Amino acid sequence: MKKIEAIIKPFKLDEVKEALAAIGVKGITVSEVKGFGRQRGHKEVYRGAEYQVDFVAKVKIEVVLEASMAGEAVATIQKQARTGAIGDGKIFVLPLEDVIRIRTGETGKDAI
Amino acid sequence: MFLILLTSVISTVWAGDDPPTPMSNKDAIALVQTNADYVWTLVAAALVFFMQAGFAMVEAGFTRAKNAINIMMKNLMDFSMGTLAFWAIGFGLMFGASSSGWLGTSGFFLSDFKVGGDPWVLAFWMFQVVFAATAATIVSGAMAERTKFTSYMLYSVFVCGIIYPVFGSWAWGGLFHGGGWLEKLGFIDFAGSTVVHSVGGWAALAGAIVLGPRIGKFTKDGKVRPILGHNLPLAALGVFILWLGWFGFNPGSTTAASKDIAMIFVNTNLAAATGAILAMITSWMRIGKPDVGMSLNGALAGLVAITAPCASVSPLSAVIIGAIAGIIVVLSVFFFDKIKVDDPVGAISVHGVNGAWGTLAAGLFNIGGTSPKIIGVQLLGIGACFLWTFGTAFILFKIIDKTVGLRVTPEEEREGLDYTEHGGNAYPDFEVSSYVQT
Repeated sequence: MKKIEAIIKPFKLDEVKEALAAIGVKGITVSEVKGFGRQRGHKEVYRGAEYQVDFVAKVKIEVVLEASMAGEAVATIQKQARTGAIGDGKIFVLPLEDVIRIRTGETGKDAI
Repeated sequence: MFLILLTSVISTVWAGDDPPTPMSNKDAIALVQTNADYVWTLVAAALVFFMQAGFAMVEAGFTRAKNAINIMMKNLMDFSMGTLAFWAIGFGLMFGASSSGWLGTSGFFLSDFKVGGDPWVLAFWMFQVVFAATAATIVSGAMAERTKFTSYMLYSVFVCGIIYPVFGSWAWGGLFHGGGWLEKLGFIDFAGSTVVHSVGGWAALAGAIVLGPRIGKFTKDGKVRPILGHNLPLAALGVFILWLGWFGFNPGSTTAASKDIAMIFVNTNLAAATGAILAMITSWMRIGKPDVGMSLNGALAGLVAITAPCASVSPLSAVIIGAIAGIIVVLSVFFFDKIKVDDPVGAISVHGVNGAWGTLAAGLFNIGGTSPKIIGVQLLGIGACFLWTFGTAFILFKIIDKTVGLRVTPEEEREGLDYTEHGGNAYPDFEVSSYVQT
């Protein structure tokens, strides 16, 4: 099993969510996060004065799936989240030890 | 002894003045009335100006946080640009001498005012400029969250400078130096259901059609997906401000301190209240819950509908007019969703559709009796307004679209106009969750 974490541009969330659902991903966790990468934030203006916003708003999506699906899911996220401009985000793929469904106690693949 | 002293003192004080005569009393009374007319007209103008704040809050509340700065800027600039356009061109077109009945040709740049002359033109202009800006700002809501800022400013100059004043001259020119063909037929539009609200509403329709819907408003299979407003209390505050402002809009349209304003006040309030209630009931029956957005729009719909007939119908008729407006606005919002016209705040339904209903109602419920001829003239005015406003606004938006561009890029729209158009963030200290909502 794998866990995929992707940091994407917030407005790309809808497209990524729909594409993942279309390839059979059963659940997604989403959180609003802030951070910077090589983009190093951006500049905004307040009453004529420029200021640096270091931590830019992003959305983090977390998906757990069988290892066999990971490649397709990564490709899907990359395709949907890409604008070609700086700040498109990153995808992290992690090995996953176990999953437990709280209600039934199922573990492993059955719990995904 | 004391009394004699007192009388002699008083008589010496009064000795310098001529004793009052019936003529001088008449002049003094007329002067008091004139001064009262000025005061009432300008107080009402201030109330109507405050409606700009109402429109800004309604629009901001019903849209997403990422566009709030843009909405404030649009509302600030349509009033500011509109004021100058109406001063330079609009007022002359609307109220200047009009031999043809189609447009005025004098009084540009407030040239009717001469130093030492009658200042009434200034009071009248002030009252009219806030009306012109109301028509302009209605459009902002329907075009929210996707319109280029520069293009919007360009539009507001044209609507306050040309589109609104030309139609206005047909119906209201005779209030000053003009005289329009529509008013000569007996068209009833006391405070502007058609002249102000339908003009704004039909221009909004043209704008929303030329722009197209916001990204995400309609799914690929054609379903409506609501895009939630970010602050409903702000939208509600806006509606209450507009309701207050309407007590200047309708009763102020007497431009005279007279006893007529009492009934106009009452009719205005009754129609707004009934509109809110009936919109709530209609939404409750259609959706299963008393919907706040629909109920707020219902109050505005009642206000728009009573604007034309407020001085010429009974309070009972005002209740009926407001009730029908409350039902119409809900059905109209569903209708425009169905034909895929994206109007984030419901401006077309509130101002365009209910402006037409109010104008028709002014004929139907006329306190002095109605006739097929009266209703015919009302329908003619409604039709003329639609043809002129929708036609010219559609061409204007198309020209803007083909030259400077009317809509922002999809990237800018998704990122939000606050950052892309104005380089800022309306709520920097808050976690803004407008993204993760669908």
